[in-house]
Amino acid sequence: MATAGGGSVADPGSRSLLRLLSFCVLLAGLCEGNSVERKIYIPLNKTAPCVRLLNATHQIGCQSSISGDTGVIHVVEKKEDLQWVLTDGPNPPYVVLLEGTLFTRDVMEKLKGRSGRIAGLAVSLAKPSPASGFSPSVQCPNDGFGIYSDSYGSQFAHCKAFQWNKVGDGLAYEDFSFPIFLLEDENETNVIKQCYRDHNLSPNGSAPAFPLCAMQLFSHMHAVVSTVTCMRRNLIQSSFTISPEVVCDPLSDFNVWSMLKPINTSRTLEPDDRVVVAATRLDSRSFFWNVAPGAESAVASFITQLAAAEALQKAPDVATLPRNVMFVFFQGETFDYIGSSRMVYDMEKGSFPVQLENIDSFVELGQVALRNSLELWMHTDPMSQKNETVLNQVEALLSTLEQSSAAVPTVVLRRLNQSQPLPPSSLQRFLRARNVSGVVLADHSDSFHNLYYQSIYDTAESINVTYPAGQSPEEDLNFVTDTAKALAGVATVLARTLYQLAGGASFRDTIQADPHTVTRLLYGFLVRANNSWFQSILRPDLRSYLGDGPLQHYIAVSSPTNATYVVQYALANLTGKVLDLTREQCQNPSQVPTENKDLYEYTWVQGPLNANETDRLPRCVRSTARLARALSPAFELEQWGSTEYSTWTESRWKDIRARIFLIASKELEFITLIVGFGILVFSLIVTYCINAKADVLFITPREPGSVSY
Amino acid sequence: MTAAVFFGCAFIAFGPALALYIFTIVTEPLRIIFLIIGAFFWLVSLLFSSLIWFTTTTLIGNKDEPREKYLLIFGVLISVLVQEMFRFAYYKLLKRASEGLKIINPYEKAPSMRLLAYVSGLGFGIMSGVFSFVNTLSDSLGPGTVGIHGDPPQFFLNSAFMTLVITLLHVFWGIVFFDGCEKKKWYTLLVVLLSHLLVSALTLISPHYGLNLVLAYIIMVLMGVWAFFVSGGSCRSLKLCLLCQDKDFLLFNQRAR
Repeated sequence: MATAGGGSVADPGSRSLLRLLSFCVLLAGLCEGNSVERKIYIPLNKTAPCVRLLNATHQIGCQSSISGDTGVIHVVEKKEDLQWVLTDGPNPPYVVLLEGTLFTRDVMEKLKGRSGRIAGLAVSLAKPSPASGFSPSVQCPNDGFGIYSDSYGSQFAHCKAFQWNKVGDGLAYEDFSFPIFLLEDENETNVIKQCYRDHNLSPNGSAPAFPLCAMQLFSHMHAVVSTVTCMRRNLIQSSFTISPEVVCDPLSDFNVWSMLKPINTSRTLEPDDRVVVAATRLDSRSFFWNVAPGAESAVASFITQLAAAEALQKAPDVATLPRNVMFVFFQGETFDYIGSSRMVYDMEKGSFPVQLENIDSFVELGQVALRNSLELWMHTDPMSQKNETVLNQVEALLSTLEQSSAAVPTVVLRRLNQSQPLPPSSLQRFLRARNVSGVVLADHSDSFHNLYYQSIYDTAESINVTYPAGQSPEEDLNFVTDTAKALAGVATVLARTLYQLAGGASFRDTIQADPHTVTRLLYGFLVRANNSWFQSILRPDLRSYLGDGPLQHYIAVSSPTNATYVVQYALANLTGKVLDLTREQCQNPSQVPTENKDLYEYTWVQGPLNANETDRLPRCVRSTARLARALSPAFELEQWGSTEYSTWTESRWKDIRARIFLIASKELEFITLIVGFGILVFSLIVTYCINAKADVLFITPREPGSVSY
Repeated sequence: MTAAVFFGCAFIAFGPALALYIFTIVTEPLRIIFLIIGAFFWLVSLLFSSLIWFTTTTLIGNKDEPREKYLLIFGVLISVLVQEMFRFAYYKLLKRASEGLKIINPYEKAPSMRLLAYVSGLGFGIMSGVFSFVNTLSDSLGPGTVGIHGDPPQFFLNSAFMTLVITLLHVFWGIVFFDGCEKKKWYTLLVVLLSHLLVSALTLISPHYGLNLVLAYIIMVLMGVWAFFVSGGSCRSLKLCLLCQDKDFLLFNQRAR
């Protein structure tokens, strides 16, 4: 602020001091907020907007006008209150403040139909989460981008047998012409409701008196129609303008992957090198931008895989196993398999060290946190098993799994009775390219057990991660919940299976996943990211990426996201080794003769606090955890209308905010204008008259000798 | 509160000043120059007083609410004193300038001191009005009106009327002040200073707009009457003007324009 001016070079001399002082005065005036603006507006800071996403053919999401949409606030707490907004209210347009439980398809259909009277919508978070479930995602997720289509496995295509996401209403894939915001803070919601009660309520349904409480929502999106249109506009802008105005960005981020035994990443593997792939997804989404807690849909699964990776790394004979194991965490699976389609594409082209022919078997973790009576279901693809070899390989895979879980009492593996399609999973993209033998482990046999799939309510509470009251954050971090124990059981089964698939035998039953690791991961990802363990595993410059709440798992357009970094560094910490290198050596490992940059990744991390809790003890961690680009091949190939690869893009915007204020009646404004005109005209007339008669009115004192009669 | 309120309040606050400017200043370039110099003097006086306020604030280091309010009151009073000092400085400058102008151009009549008093007062008034009201006016363009925190909703109208009264008051103060300096009647200066302090102090009782405005308008009417008499008006001339008997009067009172 003013110190910026004062902190610059200290010039001697009073003249420059005076100049400096006057500059500080000016700065001081600019820095303070405008006090009249503070009298008028209350900004709403803790909101999440609904933004526009586009794919090859459609646009979804919400749009506001460029100068914001203003409407009189109306609180809708039960269905009958909607009548005022839709037909009865005398001061349209309205901004509806909707209770979270009423945010359903039929209410939204009604609001969409009368969009002339609706200026915007603000949804408050329902506490507790709606008991019957809430999922704005579609009932058949990623339909058309998996393996089943009308030409291959048509009896399984488009979820003909049963819908995976039974509670899905598809709201997140609709296009709205008014802005929709989520009110995350209950205090702000109460302020709005108080303003409504003070000014907008009237007895007996008559028109309320002005001034009325109103809300203005800004969320103007630049992209329109579809990805094809917006990428074409981007291209025109970048070709012909010096400072191009890009209108949309493809959804992209990075996949996280690591190998059990290090491989040389500068070249591809030999065809004889066999790799067992363990895969899961990293991301989720919700109706609102960058709100994606994804506890059951993504977080529990990748935490289980992280724990399995740690457990497997501890096996004594890892270095001598005949086959390698690759742990991969796919980003962007929510949006038509961005990460897995890109990895398959890279594998086919040879830009990824592991190739499709190196894959021996494929084990994927679907949603695993809501198991009924310890049952974990093994889903396989019926279409690929029509081939005899694949059928035998899958059978061997399933029996390996069953053998591994025999000694784990907390997990009961079950096969499916009849031939069922695979649930939406990354395995489907691999099967599109090649008949790999693969299995998806999930807690559901048919429809999801997750009632909040890809919604704002898929939080720690939905998977029973709760902590006793009155504990400090450190105690919560280390408290082992029942969910953590259950997930550790699944991780143990996965780790033992991978060990056996990789060719190990002797130490299988000693492999055990640590519930303590699982619970620390659950706490960090779902409750509070800024904890001591996460702080110690990250690089010093990523410190600020950890907030005081949970991490959000939306893929976004700027990469890598906070969550991706944390997963990579957690994987590095759990499977890597701490080396005794200095910071310079760690950042330039090619200078050290024993280290190899092609085999390993070297990171300088913050480390834990020392005994006095004043400083950190940084160290060098060597691991095989790396990032691989997850951008849909459609953008690499510039096939923006592709039906084979994901084409999801996110629109750009300039200004997203919300505020509330009072509005005056139109009559009062008109009266003010008329009074102003009146005063102007009156003063013009009076001044003209006085000026014309000035000689008469104002007698100059006579100078002596100039009088003449 | 949208464009209607913006234009309405702008016309209320700056209408009379605009009228005065159009009919009396624009016709002669010398008057425009003196007007602008007057406005500049007012700006410099504001800069000085804000420097004093700022140094006092940083030296004392305001931490709590009442101390900030007292510092603000102190700032306002210092600002009034400095403005009147600069008005005196401008008077001195104009005195020197008119002698210089007589030497440069003996054939053309220089503007009389009374006219210069009026022009300088108008300059001060316009600049003061613009500075105090433009920020508020820009906020009136938005969709909202004052009131969500419980403030009275006639904020913009009150500010506009207050600006109008301050502008006119500066004109009258200028006329009276310069006349007092010319005739060496020092008590005039004191009265101007005290009335300026009174009007500024009244604005500090902020929520009670009604009292504030009424008192300010009363003071403006009184100052206006005094300025009228000081600048050569009389009840007789006013009666003659209003009853349109000025033709005879002119014959009686030939003098050089």
